[in-house]
Amino acid sequence: MAARIHGGAGAGAATALSTFNPKKLVAPSRTNLPARSSKRCIVAAAGSDASKSLRVGHSQKLIANAAVATKAETSATTGTGHELLLFEALQEGLEEEMDRDPHVCVMGEDVGHYGGSYKVTKGLADKFGDLRVLDTPICENAFTGMGIGAAMTGLRPVIEGMNMGFLLLAFNQISNNCGMLHYTSGGQFTIPVVIRGPGGVGRQLGAEHSQRLESYFQSIPGIQMVACSTPYNAKGLMKAAIRSENPVILFEHVLLYNLKEKIPDEEYICNLEEAEMVRPGEHITILTYSRMRYHVMQAAKTLVNKGYDPEVIDIRSLKPFDLYTIGNSVKKTHRDVPTPYAGTLEEWTVVQPAQIVTAVEQLCQ
Amino acid sequence: MALSRLSSRSNIISRPLSAAFRRSISTDTTPITIETSLPFTAHLCDPPSRSVESSTQELLSFFRTMALMRRMEIAADSLYKAKLIRGFCHLYDGQEAVAIGMEAAITKKDAIITAYRDHCIFLGRGGSLYEVFAELMGRQDGCSRGKGGSMHFYKKDSSFYGGHGIVGAQVPLGCGIAFAQKYSKEEAVTFAMYGDGAANQGQLFEALNISALWDLPSILVCENNHYGMGTAEWRAAKSPSYYKRGDYVPGLKVDGMDAFAVKQACKFAKEHALKNGPIILEMDTYRYHGHSMSDPGSTYRTRDEISGVRQERDPIERIKKLVLSHDLATEKELKDMEKEIRKEVDDAIAKAKDCPMPEPSELFTNVYVKGFGTESFGADRKEVKAALP
Repeated sequence: MAARIHGGAGAGAATALSTFNPKKLVAPSRTNLPARSSKRCIVAAAGSDASKSLRVGHSQKLIANAAVATKAETSATTGTGHELLLFEALQEGLEEEMDRDPHVCVMGEDVGHYGGSYKVTKGLADKFGDLRVLDTPICENAFTGMGIGAAMTGLRPVIEGMNMGFLLLAFNQISNNCGMLHYTSGGQFTIPVVIRGPGGVGRQLGAEHSQRLESYFQSIPGIQMVACSTPYNAKGLMKAAIRSENPVILFEHVLLYNLKEKIPDEEYICNLEEAEMVRPGEHITILTYSRMRYHVMQAAKTLVNKGYDPEVIDIRSLKPFDLYTIGNSVKKTHRDVPTPYAGTLEEWTVVQPAQIVTAVEQLCQ
Repeated sequence: MALSRLSSRSNIISRPLSAAFRRSISTDTTPITIETSLPFTAHLCDPPSRSVESSTQELLSFFRTMALMRRMEIAADSLYKAKLIRGFCHLYDGQEAVAIGMEAAITKKDAIITAYRDHCIFLGRGGSLYEVFAELMGRQDGCSRGKGGSMHFYKKDSSFYGGHGIVGAQVPLGCGIAFAQKYSKEEAVTFAMYGDGAANQGQLFEALNISALWDLPSILVCENNHYGMGTAEWRAAKSPSYYKRGDYVPGLKVDGMDAFAVKQACKFAKEHALKNGPIILEMDTYRYHGHSMSDPGSTYRTRDEISGVRQERDPIERIKKLVLSHDLATEKELKDMEKEIRKEVDDAIAKAKDCPMPEPSELFTNVYVKGFGTESFGADRKEVKAALP
């Protein structure tokens, strides 16, 4: 797999992902992003018009995956992969699962004929028909409930919230029914539902459309939560979530939909409960997920220049935590900086790489 | 069931021959036509006829099962007062006709989902008394292994989907089940039951909209017992004609104290839903107990009202009169039947009392489908330590 490095100010370096679980397929990840007017991010976009449709602001929020040390490529996937954007990876995962299992169906607002508000379900309605890709009216509470009811009988619906914030309307269904039914029925019913949607700070989308709801869902027993951050793990997690017998909430991020990466041609799944080792190190462990991963990797570059050796773990599985990976890492480094995610829009309330650097320095004092 | 009736009849062999001749109908299914007490009121559809096809066997089984349900609920009342059942306990006595009439019209492939007043519906779906009492008392042989309680009875193999604490939320679930039935092309319907209190929830209308849009075989059944906990229906709903609330969805108002009217309506609704999509049924019924065991039931309604309904509209009395008027059994036999039922209930309670409580490790089973091998501690890290299975 050729490394595509785009020059400029030492930014674009190859990033290899070495995962904790050697059994898992590994692909070196390149994240090329559409062109921005940015000092640091240099990428030449492969003509993706989709990026233009995403309302791009002024700053350099979408940054190339600027890892610091080049890892030796682990050769797991030889042969050709194919490059695609994150939302396409999600679509591929979804399509493959729908082909594989006729019980999988998708329901959500504008997922069918419109193709999905973020194009994740584009083309699926034409291929699978109206009964499997269902356009719902705007009633999150009801259609989430319906998805859960259908799951009780054995279907595997994938419920899309157009924005995670809208799923607050369905919180009762997710919390009381989805999470609890397996327990209160003494194991009689399983709810193999996938609830997915984009959340997080976008570009001036307003307070109600920019919420991070992980902490609200964290308290619900019985559900699994995962967050994807690269096209590779997006597809893998989507497939694993659909195959899981537990209800899974898959958190995507609005601003990550246009990340480009090469992923393997052959079928693969990412383990739902596992964290991903982005960059092994010795001095300090930085735990991150979703979009913050990219901020952290950028900060890591600065840190290495300053002489630190951070270990960066993308936790991916928010509930339950992959305590094994995290525990081992923290045992190694004895220092840990979680990067939480702020929920409002102002630039300076989103943790910036510079702040991460400062936090690490303080910890390492 | 027929056998037990035969055996109870065996002790009347000593009776005069004329009476013995009558007994030969105990096992046969001679058809009987019964008129419902009131005509149906319809909204956007043609009401079904008032003549209901039934059989002698069905009539007797109605009596028996309803008496069983009544006895079970009264026994649950005493168990609650004896503090063997704790928490919430919502009793169904007075409303038995709805459960029994519905069962008579449908198969076990048709799904039923309801809120927390679910003991009798569970029984109607084929649950056993032992499972009911064990679950109420939190024992491990309960239908939900003791982890659900009164409000969470489920029976997957008979398509009984519970048993839900948050009223109104079960209706979208029910429409989802109907969706799955349509998706898998089973010729089955779903009865999503709710009360007059929950009828004001918004998600009902959302679910009804989707069901009508997608032509789902869902039947919304409003068990209108006229009180939403302590609030009378005229204080909670501007329009208490719940069967009309579907607007574009047809509806039928049924006398819910008449098991045969319920049976006819459910049969009609099933045929309608399989062809034309959703329909609403409003069952005009009444509960004798309060909302739950913590509610005396007399602060918001008069005792005269309760006893009035009991005298005039009691569903079991109605069936009893029908049985006697059709000469299917004598008073004494019915009393014997009731005694048998009482004994059956007492036996089940005794057996359930002997059943052990769930193991502490059960606290962590069934939270997730496959366990993750992590350990779980109690709050102080000392009490309960279990490895998730």
